[in-house]
Amino acid sequence: MSKEPVAVVGIGQTKHVAARRDVSIAGLVREAARRALDDAELTWSDVDAVVIGKAPDFFEGVMMPELYLADALGAVGKPMLRVHTAGSVGGSTALVAANLVAARVHGTVLTLAFEKQSESNAMWGLSLPIPFQQPLLAGAGGFFAPHVRAYMRRSGAPDTVGSLVAYKDRRNALKNPYAHLHEHDITLEKVQASPMLWDPIRYSETCPSSDGACAMVLTDRAGAARAPRPPAWVLGGAMRSEPTLFAGKDAVSPQAGKDCAADVYRQAGVTDPRRDIDAVEMYVPFSWYEPMWLENLGFADEGEGWKLTESGVTELDGDLPVNMSGGVLSTNPIGASGMIRFAEAALQVRGQAGEHQVERARTVLGHAYGGGSQFFSMWLVGAAAP
Amino acid sequence: MTSEEASGPRDIAVVAFAQTDVLRTTDEISEVEMLMPVLHQVLDRTGLKTADIGFTCSGSSDYLAGRAFSFTLALDGVGAWPPISESHVEMDGAWALYEAWTKLLTGDADTALVYSYGKSSPGSVRDVLTRQLDPYYVAPLWPDSVALAALQAQALIDAGDTDEPALAAIGARSRRVATLNPHAQRRGSVPQGEYVVRPLRVGDCPPVGDGAAAVILAAGERARELCSRPAWIRGVDHRIEAHALGVRDLTDSPSTRLAAEHAGAFERPVDTAELHAPFSAQEVVLRKALRLDDSVRVNLSGGALAANPMMAAGLVRIGEAAARIHRGESDRALAHATSGPCLQQNLVAVLEGDPR
Repeated sequence: MSKEPVAVVGIGQTKHVAARRDVSIAGLVREAARRALDDAELTWSDVDAVVIGKAPDFFEGVMMPELYLADALGAVGKPMLRVHTAGSVGGSTALVAANLVAARVHGTVLTLAFEKQSESNAMWGLSLPIPFQQPLLAGAGGFFAPHVRAYMRRSGAPDTVGSLVAYKDRRNALKNPYAHLHEHDITLEKVQASPMLWDPIRYSETCPSSDGACAMVLTDRAGAARAPRPPAWVLGGAMRSEPTLFAGKDAVSPQAGKDCAADVYRQAGVTDPRRDIDAVEMYVPFSWYEPMWLENLGFADEGEGWKLTESGVTELDGDLPVNMSGGVLSTNPIGASGMIRFAEAALQVRGQAGEHQVERARTVLGHAYGGGSQFFSMWLVGAAAP
Repeated sequence: MTSEEASGPRDIAVVAFAQTDVLRTTDEISEVEMLMPVLHQVLDRTGLKTADIGFTCSGSSDYLAGRAFSFTLALDGVGAWPPISESHVEMDGAWALYEAWTKLLTGDADTALVYSYGKSSPGSVRDVLTRQLDPYYVAPLWPDSVALAALQAQALIDAGDTDEPALAAIGARSRRVATLNPHAQRRGSVPQGEYVVRPLRVGDCPPVGDGAAAVILAAGERARELCSRPAWIRGVDHRIEAHALGVRDLTDSPSTRLAAEHAGAFERPVDTAELHAPFSAQEVVLRKALRLDDSVRVNLSGGALAANPMMAAGLVRIGEAAARIHRGESDRALAHATSGPCLQQNLVAVLEGDPR
């Protein structure tokens, strides 16, 4: 079997904000899709299929919203798929779209992920009223804080590391015009003085709730040859899942994340991720997940991830920049957050990331996770065709 | 170039199918408990274990379950340990099968487990489905699924395409043949009943029920190892139409026709068709769009008028068509799945057995 090479030739995002009261859900997604098509210099008629993703339908209160969005996304008369894999959905959606091209089922596919959290209340959307089931413990932070504690205990990381990540990501966001949080007066002291929400996670170490959408145009080799701007090539992509709760699950460094990364590296011929990968857009909704995922993704040995963060390696001008865009900590339209990671990785290797561009970014990883750290999706994109 | 490249895309087949009995209520069991026996059955039919499966994909709806991320618990039932390559569509399982089919086409996997499930019993499915509609202009009016289907039925009657007795005959035939289907919910001779929403009577509408289904796909030689007569997927395609009913001709289904063309359905006649037509009048629309005449055996399972487990009913159509090929009762079958109000989105798969 040979797969068709897949190229990203168009990327579009909305300006992410707390509430886009000026547009409907349809208006929001169309804005991102239009920008992706403009970037690729394509029209709606050039698109063969649409693959759309978002996190739970309860976040907007619309059941299977792809039905209502078919018109807005130019999908009438075309195939339209709707992916839902919890927080990893933005990444999974891009991978499902990429597979349509790789399998030579379609030549050019529009993929889009969104969340318009202001339409409803994500806190209630995540409240699971079923008995005999782990509640989410006052929001996602309540679920993840114990795992952060476990990481700190296991690694011996000093309790200042989380604030360094938040300070870095919020400064990076200032260079990204689409980022939600633009905190011009941010200081490390302000992060460290912010209220404790779920010990050890402080207010400034958590993600915001955003309205936003992200879209990409994926195409085959022939489509890439016609593209007006440099394409990003998909060098590898994978999804892995494991159960929510079971004895033996390592919630700090889940096996599914390790396996997913290993599959992506195998496809792309990466043997030493620290050396072979230039930058990472990583799903970090709570600051401590940067050092945790650095280890899970193989960029550092177990217990060593925080040292990369502390020594400045993950800064925008560091040796392995992480979340150049400002990351999920600065922008979190949940269903779109994974796709933003994938798209920002592609922007970097296309050399189109503007002020947050990393000079030598030739190979960049996009990463997403979801559920109780149980769903993972990742892709590695490169400036050179595979 | 390998021989496989030279001969085009690899052959992929449905090699096993299992489904639950569809029941009006399943209060005593969770979705995972409803799904587990089906997963075991479909794996047992091939001798495969979870760890042998290359890719897993499921379909379901949080809105039916009444909670976010409902599919994550179903995954626990699959036994995803060691971690598995897995995905989920918030759609009928027929579309999960489509995603799995494309995954196998890339060569990344040789086998796939596809499952889907839905429990309509905890709520009023007529009310729940109104939440699918345009959230700003239509959903606030709560037009329910039967009312919308009635608009379609009346449009067909007005166009002279059918009449109430003909619709009644469709429902009666579906339930009569469903007596041979142990999984069907409403079977045998039942009165056509009162109007639910004119012109649709009880007998024109699907029973509300809970159920789950699963299939296993396999590529090439692997399919022959796992099944004595694989149901080869010759083509599968799906298309969506505009959402607003006012801009659609409800007496026709251009998306079904287009999907059928792309799936190769019109290249040669089929002997069997499993149509996902939850309302009697929709069978009229689909027969026309798919050019099915009386020589084709349509919905020998009883179809959605005999059992319509939301999110699984489309996958059941593919499974039923494949099972007929497995048993040697069909050589070329068409399976159809639908989603959205009045047949907005449609999938067509064409399945074939090896020549005999």
